[in-house]
Amino acid sequence: MRSLEQTTQEVLDLASKHFNVPAGSLAPGDDFFKKLGIDSLQALELLSRLENHFAIELPDYEVQGVSDFKTLAERIQSRL
Amino acid sequence: MLDLAKYQSMGAALKDALGQFANEVCLIESDREREKERLTYRAFRDRASPLAKALQDAGFKAGDRAAIIMTNQSKWLISAYAILYCGGVLVPLDYKLTPDELWQLLKHSSAGTLISEYPIWRQLAAAAARSDATNLKTILVTETPSNAPLHGAQHWEDFQRPGEPTFVPRHRTDIASIVYSSGTGGRPKGCMTTHENYLEQGHAITQVIAFEPGIRYLSILPTNHVVDFMMGFLLPFTSGATVVHLRTLRPEFVRDAFTRYKISYMMLVPLILKNLQKGLEAKFAALPKGKRAALNALIRVNRALTRARPRVWLSRRLLGQVHNAFGGEFRAFGVGSAFIEPATLQFFLDLGIPVANSYGLTEAGTAVSVNDPRAPRTDTVGKPLAGTEVRIVNPGADGIGEVAVRSKTVMSGYLDDPGLTAETIVDGWLMTGDLGKLDPTGHLQLFGRKKNMIVTAEGKNVYPEDIETIFEGLPVKEFCIFAANYIWPQRSLAGEQLVLALHLEPGRNYDEDLRRELTARNLRLLNYKRIHGVVLFDEDFPRTASTKIKRNALAERLAQLDRKTMILPL
Repeated sequence: MRSLEQTTQEVLDLASKHFNVPAGSLAPGDDFFKKLGIDSLQALELLSRLENHFAIELPDYEVQGVSDFKTLAERIQSRL
Repeated sequence: MLDLAKYQSMGAALKDALGQFANEVCLIESDREREKERLTYRAFRDRASPLAKALQDAGFKAGDRAAIIMTNQSKWLISAYAILYCGGVLVPLDYKLTPDELWQLLKHSSAGTLISEYPIWRQLAAAAARSDATNLKTILVTETPSNAPLHGAQHWEDFQRPGEPTFVPRHRTDIASIVYSSGTGGRPKGCMTTHENYLEQGHAITQVIAFEPGIRYLSILPTNHVVDFMMGFLLPFTSGATVVHLRTLRPEFVRDAFTRYKISYMMLVPLILKNLQKGLEAKFAALPKGKRAALNALIRVNRALTRARPRVWLSRRLLGQVHNAFGGEFRAFGVGSAFIEPATLQFFLDLGIPVANSYGLTEAGTAVSVNDPRAPRTDTVGKPLAGTEVRIVNPGADGIGEVAVRSKTVMSGYLDDPGLTAETIVDGWLMTGDLGKLDPTGHLQLFGRKKNMIVTAEGKNVYPEDIETIFEGLPVKEFCIFAANYIWPQRSLAGEQLVLALHLEPGRNYDEDLRRELTARNLRLLNYKRIHGVVLFDEDFPRTASTKIKRNALAERLAQLDRKTMILPL
């Protein structure tokens, strides 16, 4: 079982890869809309990638209103 | 299609439709690749009747208000029908608002009944603002996990009574719903929409966009929004068509729904249409060189053959693979709510996929003008609907002025706000605050806004007054939020953004601490509501005798500054 820290780091790594930003440039507290300059649809694409990686399903309502990596990682952690 | 012009109320029209189309499928609900629900009109009625009976047994009567806060799903429509059957007034609220905002609107609407789904209710129940909404007597929650606390609510699934509910007739002029067009932070704008507004609107739209049994409408815009309520409920249901709901809006599942359910129509916002365009362009670019050249040639042929008007049957033959990706039976997209680049519309037209670009606002009962998908004009938002008059008020030399609308579809007013109603509906004309002109063929073109607000590519209206509370208590002398285009008017709806005008305390600089504070507060807003930048203004803001900021006067003074250099991005 992953720790929350591990999950958070994996979320950050995947987001960096998915949006082609340097590894290590994202922090848990970052707002992903602002930091990555993405829209809500691009955020949904990231969610699909995270679901595949963690082999979970994240219903849309679970991530409604979430805009920072830390909270996103917490929501993922609760479903692992 | 029922003749909506003959009906007195939505409830009466829907009741007849459920009988007339009893064996047709009205609703499909899918969660990813799993189909969760497929209801005929008869099954839909059988689900709604016990709920209507239970509501009536609980004392729900004509004119009572019932709020719905749900994502798009079958129980939204079943609940709405039960409420309308009982003569109630719907209060559809945007489930994407924060719990505090929702409680504020629940309180303002005086709804006595709330219908929601568990993940939303869990958050609502935990919000401190809950104690404000004292009118709520009945709270019904769907899909509550077993043993999960209900916090004073009841299971929607158990709230049913046997026996036939009594149909409660309503008159055309009675209020059918209260739809909030804004006002979560300041002055709530609850548009009181009558049965006549909806029935007339529905009657007019179907003269441009045909609904009939066999049509499948993919509903992805929130049903609380007037557009989906009309296109994803009232119109398909009164014509025996089918509505498809998806419980997840991930692009891959939306794409899958087109082919799985042979979708005919879909309303969407510019952001999604643009995303579809990007996806298709990427696929085309990835084709081997020869295939790409062949595709481009076919697109050119299609463009030449459909220049005068779309011929979908022909385009399906020429560009079969593209059309098959949309299910092969797709007829048209509808898009509205926000600015869309004509090039995006043209991209789809070139593929033989019509896009009906339209214009509307909640106050006008949904659409004012719609492009006919049989002859769309990408540079316009179409012609006014039948029965809707559009007038350009105080046009300049270029013919551009404020768009005013007169129609039986225009709301009766804002709930509990006669002052704002009088400012908005003048001598029977709805003053839209949008700038436009009518071309010689009667098509409406939009050129910007007169009002202080923005509409995002996701179709969200954002009013500065609604987000100012988040900046209260800033260590500055005074502040005020504007739509940048309100200060510096543009002859375009592109690139709308919000700016924060700041008057600093004497001797204080716009330093890193202040910028950090602003950023932190900005991030507390939902992403589409955030301000883009700051404008520093080194004078006292003009104020009324009661010390309220005179926004117009302040905007005029800010307009003297250079937009390009004065907006400091946050």
